[in-house]
Amino acid sequence: MAKMKGAIVVNTERCKGCQLCIIACPQKVIALANKVNLHGYPYVEAVNEEACVGCASCGIVCPDGCITVYRKKVEE
Amino acid sequence: MEKEVVLMKGNEAIAHAAVRCGCDGYFGYPITPQSEVIETLAELKPWETTGMQVVQAESELASIYMVYGAAGAGKRAMTSSSSPGVALMQEGITYMAGAEVPGVFVNVQRGGPGLGTIQPSQGDYFQATRGGGNGDYKVIVLAPSSVQEMADFVDLAFELAFKYRNPAMILSDGVIGQMMEKVVLPPFKPRRTDEEVIKQCPWASTGKPKNRERVVITSLELKPEIMEQRNIALQEKYAKIQENEVRYEEQLMDDAEYAIVAFGSAARIAEKSVEIAREQGIKVGLFRPITLFPFPTKQIAELSKKVKGILVAEINAGQMVQDVRLAVNGAVPVEQFGRLGGIVPDPEEIVEALKKVM
Amino acid sequence: MDRNQIISPENIVCKKPTLMNDNNMHYCPGCSHGVVHKLIAEVIEEMGMEDKAVGVSPVGCAVFAYNYIDIDWQEAAHGRAPALATGIKRCWPDRLVFTYQGDGDLACIGTCETIHALNRGENIVIIFVNNAIYGMTGGQMAPTTLIGQKTSTCPYGRDPQLHGYPLKMADIAAGLEGTCYVTRQSVESVGSILKAKKALRKAFEASMAGKGSSLVEFVSTCNSGWKLTPAKANEWMKENMFPFYPKGDLKDTTNL
Repeated sequence: MAKMKGAIVVNTERCKGCQLCIIACPQKVIALANKVNLHGYPYVEAVNEEACVGCASCGIVCPDGCITVYRKKVEE
Repeated sequence: MEKEVVLMKGNEAIAHAAVRCGCDGYFGYPITPQSEVIETLAELKPWETTGMQVVQAESELASIYMVYGAAGAGKRAMTSSSSPGVALMQEGITYMAGAEVPGVFVNVQRGGPGLGTIQPSQGDYFQATRGGGNGDYKVIVLAPSSVQEMADFVDLAFELAFKYRNPAMILSDGVIGQMMEKVVLPPFKPRRTDEEVIKQCPWASTGKPKNRERVVITSLELKPEIMEQRNIALQEKYAKIQENEVRYEEQLMDDAEYAIVAFGSAARIAEKSVEIAREQGIKVGLFRPITLFPFPTKQIAELSKKVKGILVAEINAGQMVQDVRLAVNGAVPVEQFGRLGGIVPDPEEIVEALKKVM
Repeated sequence: MDRNQIISPENIVCKKPTLMNDNNMHYCPGCSHGVVHKLIAEVIEEMGMEDKAVGVSPVGCAVFAYNYIDIDWQEAAHGRAPALATGIKRCWPDRLVFTYQGDGDLACIGTCETIHALNRGENIVIIFVNNAIYGMTGGQMAPTTLIGQKTSTCPYGRDPQLHGYPLKMADIAAGLEGTCYVTRQSVESVGSILKAKKALRKAFEASMAGKGSSLVEFVSTCNSGWKLTPAKANEWMKENMFPFYPKGDLKDTTNL
């Protein structure tokens, strides 16, 4: 039985902390970090990446194109 | 080289010359006294022969911006209008000046202000040379005084516009636009190919190939340090134009004790005035600026050393006279004669005015 | 499964489009402009038209669109983009020419140029980002502001007696002979974004096939102007904008 495993890389200097990715994610992978970037925006990070299936909802809704989404089929 | 001598109106000559000098697009709107420009182009159907586009735009506003778009993409684009329509175009003109877009436009002046009259005038000298739009900028201004010059100045306007990447205009009026004279039309010059345009205009928005940065045609710059530099560069450009592109004509100035300075149709009338005055024993000559920007300041300053007085004859309330006074700088008296409201003066009126101030 | 085994170039399923450069975009957090920019960049790249595209940017928040997408651009005066696009496309018929305009630019000062370029059937695409407010200048009423909606110049809510009615530009465009494709889309969810991208692609294809003019309206948010969070702005848009500016194709004669 194969399933999809995903991972995300966030460009934290490009992120503005709008949180639309958090709302879009069906797996509750992403949360607002407790830090700000050089522009003063709090950015997002993956806090629950084991649950990520690489659906790319976050990357698709991100207005700034901050998120690179990876997906790999994994045999159980 | 093929030469054709024909009889036609000034407005018609503009249209024919545009097709013959490889113009890529004319975008215009009807207004008296220059609607013959677009009507002639519509009849000539150059889109079927040279591929030149002719579009009747929805307004003068739209016209100048269609020119901006095409010229910003490196193409020879032009429009024409008359005074109230050119007033509408002022925003587009300052945008072209700021973005360094080589658009060409023709003003066939009529009486103003406002909607005014359909009769001729020269009341837009200030609008043309002082810039009716916002900011520090100059437009290259050519002032024809014959149908032949209407034909010749179209290619010249494009040459100068592209040489300096600056908007250029032909400042005509209802007399020159409507009168019929013999004209030798320029020979046909093919439109540049797309490859030639891309090669000659690397600054233009022609589509970004991989081997260059993207082009942005814009007049916007929010950082004042950079904006200052851009403005300084524009001023340096205008200084170069002033140095290199002055054009004028002198008639009977060699032994003249007085000078009439006039441009456009006023200069044609003043030619007759000079003839009449000479018959009456007055040694007067005619100095005709052909470029209004760059203004022949140096030449008029020189001239003022040789004459006792200058009469500026222009069909307005006194516009070019200011530039003449600046050039003369108090050396000799400078007076102005003009008619207003669309009235075109007779040659005798100018002679009488000259005698009054002598 | 180690994270590093997943994060590998051959496993990429979503990234910033190549045609979007690395300049950080100046738009507010959560602004719809960013997503629309991404779609434009993706579609131009997928069509292989990177070296043939010329965009015309507006006066409005998106005035700096030319800083973010790596094609040639021209900056238009307020409302005049369709006129510039006309000049460009008439003289460069094999280029992909589009305008990018907000509601003030397209439906207020530029109404005349919008309608006439569309009605002449110029082979261009007019991209219309409609967020019912003037964002760049600080949140004033726009011609598409809804009845009852509060902005800085109608602080008690838009009142037809004082302010007239909102304008439905897509409906006007669909009634013009010269248009071949008029559609309303949005970019707040994955589903709507994927639909929007298809619509944009159709419009671009139609312009290159010489079918006439297209208007692609993106019903959008302005969380700063509306004084809501990005998430709440999406909700407000769904509840209030979608019923008045319904999504879908209003006209499609492209046969594409």
